[in-house]
Amino acid sequence: MIDVSSGYMALQNLYSEYSACLDQGDFEKWPDFFLEECEYRIQPRENYDRKLPLSIIWLESKGMLKDRVYGIRETLYHDPYYQRHIVAAPRVLAADDNEIRSEANYLVLRTKQDEFSEVFNVGRYIDVVRKTDEGLKFKSRLCIFDSELVPNSIIYPL
Amino acid sequence: MQQQSPIQSDADVEMPVWSHEGSSRIPFWAYTDPEVYQRELQRIFYTKHWNYVGLEAEIPNPGDFKRSSVGERSIVVARDTDGSVTAVENICAHRGAQFCREKFGNTKEFLCPYHQWTYDLKGNLQGVPFRRGLKKDGEVRGGMPADFKPADHPLNKLKVAVRNGVIFASFDHDIESFESYLGPEILAYFDRVFNGRKLKVIGYSRQRVPSNWKLMQENIKDPYHVGLLHTWFVVFGLIRGDQKSRLVTDVHGRHGAMASTREKEQADSGVTKGVASFKEGMVLHDKRIVDVKPEAWWNGPTVVMLTLFPNLIVQQQSNSMSTRQIMPRGPGSFDFVWTHFGFEEDDPDMSLRRLRQANMFGPAGYVSADDGEVLEFCQESYEQEPTRSTLAEQGGRDWGEVNHLITENPIRAMFSYWRKVMEI
Repeated sequence: MIDVSSGYMALQNLYSEYSACLDQGDFEKWPDFFLEECEYRIQPRENYDRKLPLSIIWLESKGMLKDRVYGIRETLYHDPYYQRHIVAAPRVLAADDNEIRSEANYLVLRTKQDEFSEVFNVGRYIDVVRKTDEGLKFKSRLCIFDSELVPNSIIYPL
Repeated sequence: MQQQSPIQSDADVEMPVWSHEGSSRIPFWAYTDPEVYQRELQRIFYTKHWNYVGLEAEIPNPGDFKRSSVGERSIVVARDTDGSVTAVENICAHRGAQFCREKFGNTKEFLCPYHQWTYDLKGNLQGVPFRRGLKKDGEVRGGMPADFKPADHPLNKLKVAVRNGVIFASFDHDIESFESYLGPEILAYFDRVFNGRKLKVIGYSRQRVPSNWKLMQENIKDPYHVGLLHTWFVVFGLIRGDQKSRLVTDVHGRHGAMASTREKEQADSGVTKGVASFKEGMVLHDKRIVDVKPEAWWNGPTVVMLTLFPNLIVQQQSNSMSTRQIMPRGPGSFDFVWTHFGFEEDDPDMSLRRLRQANMFGPAGYVSADDGEVLEFCQESYEQEPTRSTLAEQGGRDWGEVNHLITENPIRAMFSYWRKVMEI
């Protein structure tokens, strides 16, 4: 019997469910992994390391996450693609009864129609996770990516 | 002086024939042909044209340097001890190693790691190990030939122009002044953003777009697509086809400015009628990304997009500003580097707006990610069937100043110039 409702397994389960949601393209469910007041960033490592604040996506509330989903579905014309997240086991930096600070390396592969799969984005999640009545939720998720060039564009969340 | 001349005679290389009159039908091969591309590098990027290479704010202190590029060639831009800005090609005069590996840094001198040749920040050769050989046991081992003079072997120096904090460089030392290169109309728009205020870099984004470099210039020179591809612009009225606008070029047609003014009350003028991308009733859950605060220096237009031939786009769209540098990587690809900036005088509220509105731009931006996507779609076709032509005839077949956005006029202007300089 595997109990994923508490402890490290709960955290690992949050990461797994998050990746599964994006890999399924089930973007409408993506904002529900976050608190109402939350932060989501996709930021080049270059900016993060040099303390330059610019991100290529910077969302400051669950509402903005929902707006991004609307953008993906309705306003951003793009070549459709699959994503596949390979996420390492989270590394817990700090934890108390309410909050976990954790990190995990990620590798996201992209597969476009009629094309080979390719390495799309490589980086590190830097997370603050809160315990709520509905389970663990992200207070913030920063995707700090090493990849020096974005292969044209990033449409979906990482 | 060993200044490698980039000018090579390419007049005997046969070019494809441009079969249509004027510049409104652009052959697909203009975006794919390797010899056309080589001629573009020589005639456009390496001679007679100023290339954007960075901002002074990126190298504020003596010894600061930044790696950049002109065309496909790697260069290093530096702040010398006397405060001046220098630019050298990133190739050691000895064995040709690309000596500068860091993107940014601070140094007293340029050092090639291979044989430890050193150069000052202006590119003058300073040190050659064992120049006079190694004296041992009463004999001299090695040493450069007696007629070797360090002064004959500097790094390849570029000519530099700095205007109000923005740095341009050219391999061509006979180039006209930067001011004359832009011409009075475009220079006025340039100075509107860069009027001498201190700039503050807020970050970078870098993407590789699988399309010919010209398509990026054309994309920003094309106001016809703005209200059609970019739902966000239309729905939130940031820029739409019925706004008061002005499109100008320099006298050659190579540079362009698109200025447009958002109206307070946007009546239904038919601009959204029948447009599939227009989303009636689209409401944001969180409006902060499109919460624009007018700034006094705008002096009218709420957006001005500048296309400076060949490699720079200057964006002022609402409170968001960036320089976008185009680095060609073969006929079918270019790197696109966005440097977002504000001003040192910005208060925290304005700094926050600039960052928030940046969500619209860059490789994931609500009104920019799809530009990269459609450029890729175009390039795919051009490579499949290079003999066909595009049809850039919205608003006519000629070019010149226009006071509305329903036109492809500035694309025609650029190709009119391109045909002259390329002799095609």
